Amino acid sequence: MSLIDLANPTRFLALAARLLPWLALVTVGLLAAGLYLSAVAPDDYQQGATVKIMFIHVPNAWLSMFVWGVMSIASLGTLVWRHPLADVAAKAAAPIGASFTFLALLTGSLWGRPMWGTYWEWDARLTSVLILFLMYLGLMALWRSVEDPTRAARAAAVLTLVGAINLPIIKFSVDWWNTLHQPASVMRMGGPALDKSFLIPLLVMAVGFSFLFITLHVAAMRNEILRRRVRSLQMMQARAYPGSAPASGATGQIVGAA
Amino acid sequence: MTALGALIRRDIRIALRIGGGALIGVLFFLTVVVLMPFAVGPDLALLTRLGPAILWLGALLSSLLTLDRLFTADHEDGSLDLIVMSRTPLELACAAKALAHWLAAGLPLVIATPVLGLLLNLDATATGAVALTLLAGTPALTFIGMIGAALAVTMHRGGLLLAVLVLPLSIPVLIFGVAASQAAIVGPLPFGAPFSILCALSLVSFVIGPFAAATSLRNGLD
Repeated sequence: MSLIDLANPTRFLALAARLLPWLALVTVGLLAAGLYLSAVAPDDYQQGATVKIMFIHVPNAWLSMFVWGVMSIASLGTLVWRHPLADVAAKAAAPIGASFTFLALLTGSLWGRPMWGTYWEWDARLTSVLILFLMYLGLMALWRSVEDPTRAARAAAVLTLVGAINLPIIKFSVDWWNTLHQPASVMRMGGPALDKSFLIPLLVMAVGFSFLFITLHVAAMRNEILRRRVRSLQMMQARAYPGSAPASGATGQIVGAA
Repeated sequence: MTALGALIRRDIRIALRIGGGALIGVLFFLTVVVLMPFAVGPDLALLTRLGPAILWLGALLSSLLTLDRLFTADHEDGSLDLIVMSRTPLELACAAKALAHWLAAGLPLVIATPVLGLLLNLDATATGAVALTLLAGTPALTFIGMIGAALAVTMHRGGLLLAVLVLPLSIPVLIFGVAASQAAIVGPLPFGAPFSILCALSLVSFVIGPFAAATSLRNGLD
């Protein structure tokens, strides 16, 4: 089954229905194994048990950037190949990516409290993740401000690709800004290479979180397709009543807002 | 070429006439700078230290405020459709429009900077440095902002959404603009390095801005 075949939403729905239970099973298995391995991992000699926040924090931070990459590829699909599923994929990924970014910030600040003595530090990495979070929120605002999904999809695709070009530039500028303002005041994690007893649980958790993303993404895409079907059914129904022109506009708005 | 020249002349003329509103940006810039002492206190030493940052923030916000005008008026009276359908490549037309917008709304901000520098107790070197960095940096703000303006006009939503989309993208320009000004005023870093990067950001935005804006206009208008 090639990518072109999936352009038919019905076929994608059938595939999703077949895949989702297995994906969910693999995700639960990997996350359970990862959590167990994280729990039995030794404490750090300096950081104590707080080092275990890393097993949640790092996969989230990794996925926060990975999801933007997925959205960029989907945006190329929207603008270049006009693949009908591409904008569904891009739209479904945005809130998931925002959640991963938020969790990375949250766990980071919970980790920072005992380690640095403060919840927030204008450290280069924290700052650029915060900007990434703002861009996710802006993108979601863009999706939500237009009722017509295809029109919103093209605008969001342009913004996603511009963001993909700009994110490395922003990251570089923030790094530069930080070294200018406060040279080496913030402790950095991972000075010495990571020990194997930490690396294996971390990798298991990273793979587990990646599968969590895939599962959530496929499920969100399925929901988005169903939501669009409901929307077009409601619009058809509204059109079926003769002399109810205002009602069709109202229904469109309600579905658009939902 | 003549088409682009005519487009630039037309846009500047419209912007400077009644209803154009390009110079409101300068007024807004002045107001933001005047508000600052009320927020941080009338301490001249503090204002001198914050001066470059205040001027840069004011310029950033006022260039954001006028961005709305880049495509909206043309979209309302239909001339944007003509521009999209004309034989001139849309990317070049977008670049010409952005250039005209910068000449009408961005350049006055740079010219106003020395006067506002007096209010913030900046000396001649500092004022010159801020004006020079604004001269190099405000084109980048206009050309990056054009992407947001194009997105907003295709969706019939301007204002707040435009600001939310554009501001994160202009963070690098702000960082290097303020850094170059500070480097010229207090050091210790050389002025050249951040200033060159600022110029580079402007040059990059000359490429990305028109292409992204043209893509969004071509896909979004129907």
